[in-house]
Amino acid sequence: MVDALGKTCPLPVIELARVVGRLEAGAEVVVLADDPGAKVDIPVWCRMKRHTFVGMEPAERGWRFTVRRAAA
Amino acid sequence: MVERVYLDHASAAPWHPAALAAARHVAEELPGDPARAHREGRAASDLLESARGAAAGVLGTATERLVFTSGGTEAVHLAVRGAALADRGRPRRIISSAVEHSCVHAAAEATDCEHVLVGVDPQGRVDLDALRAALAGGALLVNVQHANHEVGALQPIAEIAALCREADALLHVDACQTAGRLPVDLGALDADYVTIAGAKFGGGRGIGALAWSPRARLRAVVGGDERERRLRAGLQHLPGVVAMVETLLQVAPADPRGTAALETARCEGLRQRLRALLPVAVDDLEVHGPAESSAPHIVAASALYVEGQALVGALDEAGFAVHSGSSCATTSGEPSHVLVAMGALTHGHVRASFGPGVEEADVDRFVDAVAAAVTDLRGRTGVSTPRG
Repeated sequence: MVDALGKTCPLPVIELARVVGRLEAGAEVVVLADDPGAKVDIPVWCRMKRHTFVGMEPAERGWRFTVRRAAA
Repeated sequence: MVERVYLDHASAAPWHPAALAAARHVAEELPGDPARAHREGRAASDLLESARGAAAGVLGTATERLVFTSGGTEAVHLAVRGAALADRGRPRRIISSAVEHSCVHAAAEATDCEHVLVGVDPQGRVDLDALRAALAGGALLVNVQHANHEVGALQPIAEIAALCREADALLHVDACQTAGRLPVDLGALDADYVTIAGAKFGGGRGIGALAWSPRARLRAVVGGDERERRLRAGLQHLPGVVAMVETLLQVAPADPRGTAALETARCEGLRQRLRALLPVAVDDLEVHGPAESSAPHIVAASALYVEGQALVGALDEAGFAVHSGSSCATTSGEPSHVLVAMGALTHGHVRASFGPGVEEADVDRFVDAVAAAVTDLRGRTGVSTPRG
């Protein structure tokens, strides 16, 4: 879990990149963020880095994003 | 002192020499109010009407269907809100592309009409199927820009105009980024309203124009006197009018051998060069907007892991003036609605826009400056080599 609540872009993406870098291939991580830019930037980051953007849903504060690390 | 390279022509372009000379001449020599009957008033009125005729000629309308405004924003508000006030026959719905300038959205929101937004593709071009669907219930007006102000994408105006005709909706083309650079002709665009801004092409500040078709109707948004066929109150800004029109006549955007066409071709070379060099010089950078079919003077890109405002600041220190649509760099604190609509990276965003005076060597130095700034900023946040 990456808690990026209250953090503005690009910090949520930076923290996500750090955590995903330590994951096993195929493993998932959840990111909590409330910066409006994160709704666009997290899916775009997944596309650029070829990870899978599993989805997003509204959270109590902000949104909850799920990302799966690429196989290779 | 660091030599400055001004790369924000899409916000405000430097004055064209013809605009400066014309504004100064009119301000010094023609003090009269065009609404007065004395010799000075008649001289001002004659010049105003001849400038109106010339501007109408450039924009492809009749002299009586052109009004000068304080700039692009007022022209847009008069077109959109004026149309909503004057037209009572069409459905009370205004459709705008999601990537219009924020003043277009604000103008539509200021009317009593329903305001429907139509999405764009990842390059920023209007989704024609979505527009067709939005037009199914009819509409009073469709707002589409000729070229996008953030990423440069030229919109498919011919297809959009055909859809508008089919649905009997009026079409407003915001040509603020293309006027003075590309041909902008109301008839050729098959538009009902066209809006332009002097500031965007070197035609001076505080001046713009709205031209309309015989089909279109208009009512004043700010009334108050008899001037400008009751469409716009207040003493006309004659030095600005003549500066803008003189610039349009000198650069002659409709002439394939005119200054504007030559400058457009030169800028297109700079644009392609910048688009090619930036992603090579900077890792994890995406260039926005279409490779072809773009306004010639705009290049936008986003770099991962960098704050837009910090990037603008670092480039400013290195001598380059650029704009950013990243949330931290906008006045609203929200990311650029254009980038959001395109699904483009909203952080680490810069827009370089150029014109006369910006050379290939400036572009090359700018690429080096972006690479240095991004490397430095990533290093400071400890993400110089994020894995994954």
